[in-house]
Amino acid sequence: MNSAIQVIPLEWYLLLCTVLFTIGVLGVLFRRNAIIIFMSIELMLNAVNLLLVAFSSFLSDSKGQVFVFFIMAVAAAEVAVGLAILMMVYRNTKSSDINVLNKLKW
Amino acid sequence: MITTYLFYFLSFLAIMFGLMVVLSKNPIHSVLYLVLCFFTIAGHYVLLNAQFLAVVHVIVYSGAIMVLFLFVIMLLNLNKETEPHKSIWLKASAAVAAGSLLLVMVASLKGASTIQSVNTFNPNIGLIENLGTTLFKDFLLPFEVSSILLLAAMVGAVMLGKKSIK
Repeated sequence: MNSAIQVIPLEWYLLLCTVLFTIGVLGVLFRRNAIIIFMSIELMLNAVNLLLVAFSSFLSDSKGQVFVFFIMAVAAAEVAVGLAILMMVYRNTKSSDINVLNKLKW
Repeated sequence: MITTYLFYFLSFLAIMFGLMVVLSKNPIHSVLYLVLCFFTIAGHYVLLNAQFLAVVHVIVYSGAIMVLFLFVIMLLNLNKETEPHKSIWLKASAAVAAGSLLLVMVASLKGASTIQSVNTFNPNIGLIENLGTTLFKDFLLPFEVSSILLLAAMVGAVMLGKKSIK
């Protein structure tokens, strides 16, 4: 079986990743539950990861795939700290609604 | 030929599950759809000859990160009834804003010039041997720095999770 990058044009991968990234942006704008917003950010990170792997395969250069490892490490750290913050927010406000957190809003 | 069909099938599933993450009312359903979306992305990695990355993606994202999400949602006891609602105008404006972003990005991709690959195609770059060589030769310092990042994140999560900080 051929590699996908030999039969699929790179433009299709660009289009797919753009659509996935936009769905992530839509989730951040559309929802008020802080955990869903967090999950949308994960979706955006994964769209970029997929594009990095597609370019890495297209250029036959493994550096792009190593970058994906670093993005995964950063995502894991971000999730650990972010969910701890969400737990503290929930403990203090009894809600996961981000509109409760408006002290910094003018 | 079968690769093309698999690409279309996995892309359709990834976009559909991504939409379901955003649109489903129950947060637990959102998490489960996101896990399915990550599995389709792992399938894309396999199609792109990045087998090791696909395995790591399934272990790290579906195995660790999404379980953490599910755990927090069940701990907070979030369900359909506690879900906060936005007004219909805010939802419509969010959809319009995301749609215009998609339009701008697709239009900019349309005008971009195509690039040619300078290297000959090598199906082995996604294997663990090549990735390890690159990681420990060219990216040794970032690798060590990322270990410090993970340590700092662990300490931060423990500090934030404590009941009261003296």
